[in-house]
Amino acid sequence: MKSLRNFIDKIKPNFEKGGKLEIFHSTFEGFETFLFVPNKVTQKGSHIRDAIDLKRTMIIVVLALVPALLFGIWNVGYQHALATGAPTDFWPIVLFGLGKVLPIVVVSYLVGLGIEFGFAQVRKHEINEGFLVTGMLIPLIVPVDIPLWMVALATAFTVIIGKEVFGGTGMNIFNPALLARAFLFFAYPSHMSGDYVWVANLAKGEGIIDGFSGATPLANAAAYEIDKIPSSMDMFLGFIPGSIGETSTLAILIGAFILVLTGIGSWKIIVSTVLGGLTMGFIFNAFAVNPFMEMPAWHHLIMGGFAFGAVFMATDPVTASQTEKGKWIYGFFIGLLAVLVRVFNPAYPEGMMLSILLLNAFAPLIDHYVIQANIKKRKKRAAAAAKNS
Amino acid sequence: MPKVHKIRKGLNIPLKGEAEKVFSRVDQAEAYAVKPIDFQGLTPKLSVKEGDKVKAGSPLFSNKFRPNVVFTSPVSGEVFMVRRGERRKILEVIVHPDTVQEFEDFGAEQPSQLSREQIIEKMQRAGVWPMVKQRPYGIIANPEEKPKSIHISAFDSAPLSPDLDFAVKDEAEAFQAGIEAIQKLTDGKVNINLNAEYPPSNVFTKVKGVEFNYFSGPHPAGNVGIQIHHIEPIFKGDLIWTVAPLDVIIIGRLFLKGIYDATKIIALTGSEVQRPRYFTVKTGASISNIVSNNLTQPADKLRFISGDVLTGTSIADNGFLGFYDNMVTVIPEGNHYEFLGWASPGINKFSLTRTFLSKLIPDKKFALHTNLNGGERAYVVTGQYDKVLPMNIYPVHLIKAILAKDIDKMESLGIYEVVEEDMALCEYVCTSKTEVQSILREGIDLMIKELGE
Repeated sequence: MKSLRNFIDKIKPNFEKGGKLEIFHSTFEGFETFLFVPNKVTQKGSHIRDAIDLKRTMIIVVLALVPALLFGIWNVGYQHALATGAPTDFWPIVLFGLGKVLPIVVVSYLVGLGIEFGFAQVRKHEINEGFLVTGMLIPLIVPVDIPLWMVALATAFTVIIGKEVFGGTGMNIFNPALLARAFLFFAYPSHMSGDYVWVANLAKGEGIIDGFSGATPLANAAAYEIDKIPSSMDMFLGFIPGSIGETSTLAILIGAFILVLTGIGSWKIIVSTVLGGLTMGFIFNAFAVNPFMEMPAWHHLIMGGFAFGAVFMATDPVTASQTEKGKWIYGFFIGLLAVLVRVFNPAYPEGMMLSILLLNAFAPLIDHYVIQANIKKRKKRAAAAAKNS
Repeated sequence: MPKVHKIRKGLNIPLKGEAEKVFSRVDQAEAYAVKPIDFQGLTPKLSVKEGDKVKAGSPLFSNKFRPNVVFTSPVSGEVFMVRRGERRKILEVIVHPDTVQEFEDFGAEQPSQLSREQIIEKMQRAGVWPMVKQRPYGIIANPEEKPKSIHISAFDSAPLSPDLDFAVKDEAEAFQAGIEAIQKLTDGKVNINLNAEYPPSNVFTKVKGVEFNYFSGPHPAGNVGIQIHHIEPIFKGDLIWTVAPLDVIIIGRLFLKGIYDATKIIALTGSEVQRPRYFTVKTGASISNIVSNNLTQPADKLRFISGDVLTGTSIADNGFLGFYDNMVTVIPEGNHYEFLGWASPGINKFSLTRTFLSKLIPDKKFALHTNLNGGERAYVVTGQYDKVLPMNIYPVHLIKAILAKDIDKMESLGIYEVVEEDMALCEYVCTSKTEVQSILREGIDLMIKELGE
């Protein structure tokens, strides 16, 4: 690696102030720090620092997303094969899935990183690693049949309006990936909902064989067609139509395991979101007046985007509550509202996206009250101590 | 045994190079220095010039705004140099010692026979008053005020920190005398805070007329600020003083022998020290003769720290021990590039998170270097600081309040309770590499400027 380092050191002056390629300074720095951890040492304060940095943190999250991505690729091919009656041999369907999913991933990264690099250059900042995760999340929460230009547009929207106008990674209010999805959902509803968008090429009219509907389990449930909902095992393993990465609860659980084990994701948010969803589900079970409300509460956890949202979206530390107590409240209400929207709002079969975005907006308020409570408690304690002495 | 305060949050960083409990003999250092920069917020006024003869206990400089608070020479000899930095700021007043030491005579007296004023006056004259610090803010105590209590932490939990029980073991008499003097400074209690995880030294437990509190848990359990928080949290208007145990001994000697005898036992530690041991030195001693021929690498590849790795001051290999420090740490500099470092399995990397394979090896010790291990970023990850600050306050929000210069918020979020050392671990674990300690000091300076001490 010495020769590579020497090469970088040789070309580095071109990108520094006064160099020929100064306008690419941030881009160069981005690639340089990607290849080599900088040689910068501590100047003040603690002389040693934790080995973790934002790059490692983000890479761990991307790693946690890989099972869902791989399963998604397979499932895209599998669902397509089911719909067209083609054989479900492993390699052909994986190749088909790759052909569908990979372009979406590439477009999401190219557009998002391109804009991030530009902003970093204008602001004279280092490039922030946040988009490494967002760029992977966006493909996983869109339907497979989405046109690529829409992916590009939504990515550009979320990076500019959702993040950079607030000051970049760490400053945004709403989860960028979900904002991209919400943008698509409201701008192009026909490409984001219905029974034909979840399986590749269905909307183009590629033949549906008898008995295949293309509807997601949530759509079945919302239409009170409980008998059409796939088996719990199929839903848990993910052999169902849906957004690319959201279908397999098992693959998502593997990701959750990675996040919680490494300490990168907040287990408190994951657990409280699940508790919130179950609570609402049980309330519905108790007062059920229609088949959707009668559906066992835990089914909500393995349908639609609930698991994906709880593990990868709600846990985004920037947009979640920042206090530990706040995280419990934040997650609980996400789960509660997601199920509420699912069951009661006919316009939105999936409530996870909206409930997370709503709680993103409320997270600072939750933190505010948690901190005020702490301040009051400490004041009281000090007053009590003063009295005793 | 009385109630034990169990500290649950915190982090022990398992570093290589703990000092073996053996005394190494060392000759008189070739130079000594008192450094005005060791004292937060001090504006020094020189009392000597280069070439002046001084005795141990003769003033070198004083606090410009409180002329009675003087800083004295730890040895007798000749003022060799006043080293200045930018804008002629005084960095070090260096004294070359005589072979035969002479001491200023302040008179041996029983503290119990003296009034509070007499004790303060004596401590000020001999230059030991700066050993008394105040909370809030961690600055030298104002002798005109009276604290509601005084706290002494009898153990150090910082990485590689010396075993204070070992360092005080032959000083029972001086420690008792020091405590007697300190007891006169307050109408409240003098608290000695002990480690509950092992039986503490008799030097501490045999002291009369003090309150003992017990603590257990990881660093920063030994920080006096954390201990105060768990016993009597500081709110607006409260005043508590703190003294370090080795300084209590120096204060005690002043009353027993009437001289400023700044001898203390320090630990030389760190992964790059061949034989990490304990040494008997005087405050301000040059470290050159204890580190020379005792290093694993050439000095230009190393960082020499007066103090511990989290809060200490970087010094040269012939630099001087800080006024409040009782250890010297030597670790490798980290000024090298690492190829795809963020992706390495990390057998030799230590982290609070479980993102490196080293977590799978129990009891592994690390030789950590000074690389920042990443670039500075905006806050992204949350809840990290809370894991290492065993206080009922919200550290990230406090830091943000300081950055926004919002005094009301800083007050209500607990700035009176913390000084840099208490939040040093927050800085260590920060994924975004935020300079927590210097931000906190800026906040404290702002509080002092706006509200007075």
